[in-house]
Amino acid sequence: MLLIPCPYCGDRPEIEFSYGGQAHIARPPVPAALDDEQWGSFLYGRDNVRGPHRERWRHSHGCARFFNILRDTRTDLILASYRVGDPLPETGAS
Amino acid sequence: MQRYSLFSLIRHGLRNHSGWREQWRAAAPKSQYDAIIIGGGGHGLGAAFYLARDYGLTNIAVLEKGWIGGGNTGRNTTIIRSNYLFDESSSLYDHAVKKWEALSGELNYNVMYSRRGVMMLAHTVHDEQVFRRHIHANRLNGVDNEWLTAEQAKAYCPPLNIDPGMRYPIIGAALQRRGGTARHDAVAWGYARAADAMGVDIIENCEVTGIDRHRSGRVIGVQTSRGPIQAAKVGVSAAGNSSVVMGMAGLRLPLESFPLQALVSEPVKPVLPCVVMSNTIHAYISQSDKGELVIGAGTDVYTSYTQRGGLHIAQHTLEAICEIFPQFRRMRMLRNWGGIVDVTPDRSPIIAKTSVPGLYVNCGWGTGGFKATPGAAHLLAHTMATDAPHALNAPFTIERFRDGYMIDEAAAAAVAH
Repeated sequence: MLLIPCPYCGDRPEIEFSYGGQAHIARPPVPAALDDEQWGSFLYGRDNVRGPHRERWRHSHGCARFFNILRDTRTDLILASYRVGDPLPETGAS
Repeated sequence: MQRYSLFSLIRHGLRNHSGWREQWRAAAPKSQYDAIIIGGGGHGLGAAFYLARDYGLTNIAVLEKGWIGGGNTGRNTTIIRSNYLFDESSSLYDHAVKKWEALSGELNYNVMYSRRGVMMLAHTVHDEQVFRRHIHANRLNGVDNEWLTAEQAKAYCPPLNIDPGMRYPIIGAALQRRGGTARHDAVAWGYARAADAMGVDIIENCEVTGIDRHRSGRVIGVQTSRGPIQAAKVGVSAAGNSSVVMGMAGLRLPLESFPLQALVSEPVKPVLPCVVMSNTIHAYISQSDKGELVIGAGTDVYTSYTQRGGLHIAQHTLEAICEIFPQFRRMRMLRNWGGIVDVTPDRSPIIAKTSVPGLYVNCGWGTGGFKATPGAAHLLAHTMATDAPHALNAPFTIERFRDGYMIDEAAAAAVAH
């Protein structure tokens, strides 16, 4: 079980959280302007990174807030935790 | 290839078993092949076998970064069934079930396919309605599936606890009698041996690090940890690492990779005659021929490539197992492991040509790829050899996520499957 550092509450066990998938996928401001390829890619395409991965979590059974973490998917080591709107931490990816 | 038979067993037995040869060559990569398969699991090795046997392509290689069958082929819970809801799915999975039935003979290798029946338990009125709908849909598609009352389920599987006082009482079950299990390692070995006998090079410890493309865009070969290899056709069958490999060709797929855990108990005498599954309380269990109870847990919630997951996921499944089979409560679990499964948004696979000429993909099998091994392998081979999909895999494109033609087994099963 992961020990997840909530930027508001500190380290808490994974079962208090829900996973929100890849972070920083911005909804297009004018969806109707997209063609099918772009819209399909927005909805379903994912980087599925093998390495440092920026992802959303929600502290559902705690403060209930969304935040982001940077986790290496090769080791599950959490490299950084940051609030929505904070500057992006370096991924360290080569 | 040394053919295996009762007579060869006796002959070699009389010679103190000193005459057995290795089952496939330890091939070194050549500089050029007609086609390359990336991924030496059951699906990839099988594709090489069908390319060689059915489509006449023998100058081909299977590239495996580790050892063959060491990925998800050796990590699954070996369940075989085809009782899927939608027409496209039941046709696809039943294609595989039909191939399972003949596989040992075709490969001259005992894959220990055991048609012991797969029983899916219903615990709620909603479960019963969903299963009855599946049963009707399956039977219209020529796939066997039948409804059992709780008492009939217990008659088929005597250790089952049908006490109405349990927290999630068993009110009935759907039974696919043609479902069952097979020995997963033997599937990889059998395909490897039979493909090797037709001239296919099976190259282990050979990691693909890049996909080379011509100026026009088409595939011309791959870069590997054992040097560059040219090929006009490349098939990717890399399971949890499909996104990584396809990324080498500049393609971004609708896939996410999750750890999926399984575990086995200490071996005991035969106690469980069939496969028992419960989607509602999430438990999958069967008994191997060695006597171990083979138990499948769920996926972890987060994407990962670690081949391990959280203990609470396995614990959740064991709690469900102990509810259905209270007599297993005191058994010890011997091993617990994880595999990385690539999951699509609709939980159906992709077997298709890609937008890159000469590049083909077989991925997205999620938590249920083992059962499809012979079917998926055959369809990938067909798609690569003819440069066009077979009617059975034509709906399973990448473009369905652009065009909205989902095959939504995720909604149909309410869980990953």
